[in-house]
Amino acid sequence: MSKAVSALQGASYQGYVTVEELGLRGMITLRGDLASAKLKSAVKVAAGVAVPKQRKVSLDGDVGVAWMSPDELLVMVPYEGVEGAIASIDKTLKGQHYLAVNVSDARAVFELRGDAAAEVIAKLCPVDMAPGQFGPGDFRRSRMAQVPAAFWMVDETTIRIVCFRSVADYVFKLLKDAAEPGGEVGHFG
Amino acid sequence: MLILECPCCGVVGEETEFAGGGEAHLKRFGPGSSEENFHDYLFAKENPKGVHFERWRHANGCGKWFHAARNTVTLEVYGTYSAQTYEPPQEIKDKVSAKVPGWSWREFA
Ligand SMILES: [Zn+2]
Repeated sequence: MSKAVSALQGASYQGYVTVEELGLRGMITLRGDLASAKLKSAVKVAAGVAVPKQRKVSLDGDVGVAWMSPDELLVMVPYEGVEGAIASIDKTLKGQHYLAVNVSDARAVFELRGDAAAEVIAKLCPVDMAPGQFGPGDFRRSRMAQVPAAFWMVDETTIRIVCFRSVADYVFKLLKDAAEPGGEVGHFG
Repeated sequence: MLILECPCCGVVGEETEFAGGGEAHLKRFGPGSSEENFHDYLFAKENPKGVHFERWRHANGCGKWFHAARNTVTLEVYGTYSAQTYEPPQEIKDKVSAKVPGWSWREFA
C-alpha cells in the first residue's frame, strides 16, 4: 500500500487572508433518501452529527456533514476513519436504496482564515457573500473562476473549500491571487 | 445575464452557474417512429422571439435538471419548475400571461 498524500501536501500562503491546504481529509459521498429515518440514523452513527437542512452544513470540529443536493450528502470524517464510517453506513442502510463511496482522494480541501475570508470567496464565486447573506453553517456549491467548488463558513473568519483534486493547484493559485496583499476591497466593512 | 432560481436546491444564481439544456417538453421519437417525426424531433426546434420554455441544469451546483420559462427578448425569467413534468404548471403559465397576454408556444398558451 503506497503512502497517501494530499494534492498540495499542506501548502499555505500568507496573504491578507491565510490560505492553507488542509492535507488528507476523509470524505464520503452519501446518496439516498435524505428524509428517511434510516439514513438520518446512519449519518448520526457515522459522523455524530445530524443531517443538515438544505444548503447547510452540520459541524463538530473537523467532522461534519454537508447538504450537496436533494439526494446527496458529503460526510466529512478523519482520513483514517473513512473505511469504518462507510462500514457503519453500510450496516445501518443494508437493504435500502443508497450509495456510500469514499471520495477522499478525489478531493482537495482548503481553509481561508482572516477577517476578509468572505471577500476572497466573493472575488472568485458568483455568490452573495455579504454579512447576513452567507454565514456560519451555510454551505454552497458553485463555481470558483472556471471550476466547480463548494464551500462553507465555519465562523465569520474561517471558510473551508472543497474542490476536485485534479484542480487543486489551480484553486490554490486562484485563492493566493485573491488574497494577495494590496488587493483588499473592504466592501463588506 | 439571466438570474435563475434552482427549484431543486433553492439557489438563486447567475447564468454561469447553470448549463442550458435546450428546448423544454420535447416529445421524443426514436426507433420505430416515422422519418418525419424523427427529423422534427432532432431538428425542428422552436426559436421564438419572446416567450420560451427551456431545460436547464444546475451544473455548478446541485447538479439537478429543471425547467425555466423566460423571455428571449427581455431576458426576464418568469419562473422555474420541476423537470418531472410534461407541461408548464398553471402557476407558471399564469405568470407568463400576466406579462404577455395572448402568448402561445407549441401547444401551450
Ligand atoms: Zn440547484
